[in-house]
Parts: sequence; C-alpha cells; structure tokens
Amino acid sequence: MGTAAGVEARLPIGSDLDLMWVRQHVRQAAATLGFGLVDQTKLVTAASELARNTLVYGGGGTMESEHLVDGSSHGLRLTFSDEGPGIADIEQALSDGFTSGEGLGMGLGGARRLVHEFAIESAPGAGTTVRVTSWTGRPPKPREEF
Amino acid sequence: MNEGFAGHPSAGRVPVLRLGRVLLVTIQGDLHDSTAQQLQEDLSQSVVDSGATGVVIDISGVEIVDSFLGRVLAEIAAQSSLLAARTVVVGMRPAVAITLVELGLTLPGLDTALSTEAALELLDAPVPSARPGAPRQERP
Amino acid sequence: MPEHVGDTTPGTPTGQVRDFLRGRREQIAQRWADEPLFRAVFTVSRDEAVEAGKAVVDALAEVADVGRVEDPDAPGFAPVRDQLGRMAAARSRGGLSTGQVSGELAGLRPPVENMLLEELRDAPAEHVRACATTLTVLMGTLRVLVMQTALSEGQALIDRQRLQLMEVATPVIKLWDGIVAVPLIGTLDSARSQVVMETLLEAVVEQRARYAILDITGVPTVDSLVAQHLMKTVQAARLMGAECIVSGIRPAIAQTIVHLGLDLGGVITRAGLADALGYALHQLGAGIFNTTSNGTDQR
Repeated sequence: MGTAAGVEARLPIGSDLDLMWVRQHVRQAAATLGFGLVDQTKLVTAASELARNTLVYGGGGTMESEHLVDGSSHGLRLTFSDEGPGIADIEQALSDGFTSGEGLGMGLGGARRLVHEFAIESAPGAGTTVRVTSWTGRPPKPREEF
Repeated sequence: MNEGFAGHPSAGRVPVLRLGRVLLVTIQGDLHDSTAQQLQEDLSQSVVDSGATGVVIDISGVEIVDSFLGRVLAEIAAQSSLLAARTVVVGMRPAVAITLVELGLTLPGLDTALSTEAALELLDAPVPSARPGAPRQERP
Repeated sequence: MPEHVGDTTPGTPTGQVRDFLRGRREQIAQRWADEPLFRAVFTVSRDEAVEAGKAVVDALAEVADVGRVEDPDAPGFAPVRDQLGRMAAARSRGGLSTGQVSGELAGLRPPVENMLLEELRDAPAEHVRACATTLTVLMGTLRVLVMQTALSEGQALIDRQRLQLMEVATPVIKLWDGIVAVPLIGTLDSARSQVVMETLLEAVVEQRARYAILDITGVPTVDSLVAQHLMKTVQAARLMGAECIVSGIRPAIAQTIVHLGLDLGGVITRAGLADALGYALHQLGAGIFNTTSNGTDQR
C-alpha cells in the first residue's frame, strides 16, 4: 500500500502564520486519508493546540506528519518538537486548567482527549516532543475521568 | 501547499456591522491569532461608540475553534456584558461543537443561537439578567 | 528452511525458481487461466485471465529475486495485491468458504511444480528438492497474502455494515417545527454515541430545531459512560444554540443515576417523550388545547 500524497511533511512553527499553515496541512492530510468531518475537526483542533504550545512555551519548533497503515485503517501521526525550556511536571501540565501562559489551560490535556494516541517526552532544559496519532474508522476513546 | 488561504480575507480585520442597537460580526474561515485579538479590541470600542445592547457573532463559516479562539469569544462576551451589551454566538457547526466539548471547553458564559434571526429574537426578548458576567440563563 | 534461500545468484534454488518463473511465465499463466479461481473473476475473456496470471507470476519472480519468498509483505507483491483480493472476494461471493478459497489457491501449485520438476529433470536430486521446497514456500506465502487480503476486506465490510446499522438504528424524527427527537434503543457504546451525537446535531442544523429530545426509554442501563455521552451531546447542542431534553428516564434508571452519584447537572429531563414534547412546545410558545372535553384545558 503506497503513501498517500501530500501527507508526509515537516512544517516549521515559528509564528502565528505558521499555526495557520499547520491547521491547513492537517486538515488536508486528514481529508486525504479519509477521516470524517468530525474526526478531521478534532485532529485539526488538537494540532492547533499543540502547535500553539510549541510556539508559546517551546519558543518555536517543528511539526512532522506521517501516514500510518494498520489493516484497513489509516493513521495520521503528528509530532511536535521544540528545544524550549521543557516541562518539569508533565502530569500537572496535562491536567485541565493548568497553564503557564495565555489560554484556557486546555492545551495539552484537551488535545489528548481529541486523539487516539498521545505521548509526551520532556525534561527541564531538554525541550518537549509531543506525538499524537488518530485512526480512521475507530470510535473516539472514552474519557477516563468522570 | 496550495493557494487556499493566500487569498483568504482573514489576514486583515473582521468587519463589524451595525444593525440598529445590535453589532453584527461574521467570522469566515481560519482566523489569524492577531486578527482575533484585533476583533476583540474593535468590538469593545464599537460597543462603547454605538451604545449597542447586543453583539451577534456569526461563526457558521468557521471550521475550527480551538481554546485560543474559544477564549477570545468568552472574553468578548464578558467585556460586552460589562458594557451592558449581550453577546450571542451564532451558527456553530456540529463538528466544531463536538470538538469543543471533547476539548473540555463548554463556554458556560456564552449565549448561543442557531441563526442570526434566532439571535436577534433572543436579544429582543426581555433580558433575563442584567448582572454583568452572569452565566447563561437556564430555562426552568 | 535451507539457509541458501536468500541467495539469488543463478544456480541457487531461489535463483533457479526465479529464472524458471520468468522463463515459463506464458505457460504458467495459460495453465492458471483454466483454474476456477481465475475463471470466476475474468469471465469476459480468457486473455484477460492469462494477463492476470502473468502479473502474478511476475510478482512471484520479483519476490524470489529479492530472496523474500517467506514474506507476504514483500514489495514485489504490491502490484497484484488488489487483484488477488478481488479474486478471493469473487470466489466468496460465489458461495465458497474461506477454506475452499484457500484450497483453490493451493491448487495453483501442482501444475507449476510439475513444470519445474520437468525442467530440472537432469539436475541432482538434492538441488531439485531444494528448488521444489522454495517453490512450495513461495506459493504458500502467496496463499497467506490472499487470505490476509480477503480477511481484511471482510473486516472492512463488517465495519461498514456496523456503521450502516448504527445509522439506521438512529432515526431523527421531526415532531414539530423546531423540535426533533431521537428514540435511542439498545446499548450506547462509544461508536454508537458518536453516531447519535452527529446525527442529532446535523438534524438540529437542517431542521433549525431549537429543541432536541433524546429519548432513552429503550436504553437498558445508564452507567457513567452513557451519562457522559448524554452530557456531551447536551453540551454540544447548547453550543450550537439548541436545547436538549433527555426523556424516558425510568424509575430504575433514576435510582441508578442517584446511586452512582452521576451528575446530569443542567440537563433538562422528563419522564416520557410526551412530557418532553409538551415542555418544548410550551417553551416555543405553542399551547395545547383539549377540544373534546371542556375545550380550554391548557397545559
């Protein structure tokens, strides 16, 4: 099975304008891979949250997108990396309402609820890498808390 | 990439239309962060200048609302409320609404309506609470 | 497996099989075109079946050439993957079980093997055996590949049907101008509740419905997950400017909700669909009159 055209890319995140490019790219990539409208919207929103984190807290960085295949399901993996100050307490950063900058504090925790898979690597002084993946044709994962 | 948003009008300023005592704003497409912030400033000035009692923001042309834009909308509502104007957000798409709920952003302080007509009707109705920053009123 | 399988220089078993496949391409394809597996798919012309057979032989030779005879994911198979899937699917539609399709695939090997043995008539017995083994492995890999493709297509079909079933099981009914309702029947899992939420919200937009009624009379149990789905739907509708009413909360369910300490905070609930409709009509300013008795009985 070949790679869908226009999905694999590496985009810089250095300004507000780049956030628009990121959203535009993720929208097109998700549509190309056959994501439904709601799933596209969730992925683009998650990407927007994470790209803004990269820009605001990480001082800029990159987003890479990859096309994955698992049986009949297509996956879109987005990796956001920066070389910023990093996060000391990841658990706290993932909890709702936590923010060290502007926004409603929904960035990381909110983005995690919009995707199927979420992984974060960070340490003080070592930058931050967030990797999210969503798949076509799979139900949203239930929210853990409640 | 494509030329998709090179020709997009949202890189500049969102126009604020005045309709009697109501200010009408239509947001289209993907909004630049600074454009959203500019709109927030413009609106508070417009409310003061016009003495408007209502602000209607039509987002039926908006494909995603992230926490940044969500915050801008909530702040517009809060600041207008301080200036005695009620804000109604109109035409949110189903996919956007579902995403906001998953994101955890239910915007409890925001009044919403299905269409501009419904919003104008809502604004014509007796104001349920004049308290600034009051949460959206629950019907009995 | 003999350890020289990966070696594809001419004269080694893998190289020999590759050269054999390339040399006898036409004959093998002609032979296969008469097999039911090919005939069932290429019903229009035999030439078409022969061409398809050649493509499969080419793929096998390509896979042998890179020494990956045991690997169903070898890139050499890529050009024929779809075609093989279609063939297996056509046989399944013809009423064959998966086992029978697999048997037909196995039937492709003997004629090829006979040709190979004939070609190697004068070769040392050891070499012949090694070549035959390689061919057997290669044909086995082809079988695995076809079965994989067939199964994943079957899975895709099941997924599609499940989705269709969910959509059929989620009818949105327009009760009045500005009022829609969804009667929910059966278990509400994540996938289903996603469909329900999307269907209801789409209907809210299409019908310009200010009130949306979710009737859960037919939902056997309400646990925290179901409550969470209901809450999400209610919140999303509210963001769009519509109000959700949850009706059909039976006494047992009401007790469960209280026992589990579930918070349906801010959600308008009514006992039955009729009560919910009455509430929505009242909110829209419509009155209900009973004209048969005293005539002015307004709710």
